[in-house]
Amino acid sequence: MDRLLNFTTGMSVLLIVLVLASVRRAHIRVEYSVSWLLASVVILVLSRSRTLLQATAAQLGIADPPVALMLLAGCVFVIIFYRFSLIISKLKDDNIALAQRVAILEYHLQSTIAPK
Amino acid sequence: MLSDRLLLILIPAFNEAAAVGSVIESVRATIPGVPILVVDDCSLDGTVSAAKAAGADILSLPHHLGLGGAVQAGYKLAFELGFQYVIRVDGDGQHEALDIPRIFDALRDSGCEMVIGSRYMNGSAVYTGPLRSLGIHFFRLILRPILGKEVRDPTSGFVGVNRNALQVFSKSFPLEYPEIEALVVLQRKAFRFQEISCRFHPRKTGKSSITPLKSIYYIVHVLLGVFVNVLRLPRFR
Repeated sequence: MDRLLNFTTGMSVLLIVLVLASVRRAHIRVEYSVSWLLASVVILVLSRSRTLLQATAAQLGIADPPVALMLLAGCVFVIIFYRFSLIISKLKDDNIALAQRVAILEYHLQSTIAPK
Repeated sequence: MLSDRLLLILIPAFNEAAAVGSVIESVRATIPGVPILVVDDCSLDGTVSAAKAAGADILSLPHHLGLGGAVQAGYKLAFELGFQYVIRVDGDGQHEALDIPRIFDALRDSGCEMVIGSRYMNGSAVYTGPLRSLGIHFFRLILRPILGKEVRDPTSGFVGVNRNALQVFSKSFPLEYPEIEALVVLQRKAFRFQEISCRFHPRKTGKSSITPLKSIYYIVHVLLGVFVNVLRLPRFR
């Protein structure tokens, strides 16, 4: 159990460092780093606090606290992926509309400057 | 540039340099003077120069959007320019230009928002592979209760629309494999469609983008798209 919790702690810390480094280099926008940082901190706290983890496992009706931690981590990341799917879908729609608008404006521009 | 605002021939094209010129010439020979707009979906070959050489206007997309995105861009421009009717013709030479006047007449006379050129009516010659035929039969069965009437060739891209449909499609048009979903989009608006028999030819050059593996993705994708559009029908809201 200790090994698994230590591994989870290590992964959470690594994720926090990676996300902060990416934000610093402007590879991830701040607003999109919040979900990852929140999820990492929650998992970090749970993996370091036995009392809190056992209480959470008991609330969920799971006998083995590390299983509860894995389940929570899985749920958190599914929610994050869902949120990013929404964002990507909207970006794709915006991107298509923009590409069409650029093409149409270019067409109008060509019509304006084309010799009569 | 496009001057007559009654009918526009819309040709979405992606890497159709070998065929698009002859398609434009056959349309011109059938309806002299009709405005023709080729929507180039960021082709990598000489589609644009071939279409320009044949005398068509070009709407060049800045990056590849897929068939639905290209067709919708053409619909948006046609609507902005005030066209009353748009007939879509594929750039690969599968559609018979001589059938365009019949689609146009049907659009004007019937008052339907959409007229579909069908390869499955009145013994029309049919050039489709077995997988596509199977898919067409499958979607006929699916669409029958949704549309309230049979559509014989739901995957046909030989389609004419009037200004009402143009307005709707300018705002909402499926991006991938748009033909089937577009029918359900029209149904949402209680618009009508009609099918008329048209001749189809084997494509002049290249090959279809729908491989056997992609056809499975096609069926799942279109089924999901139809299902989502059905959920948006007024009777389900």
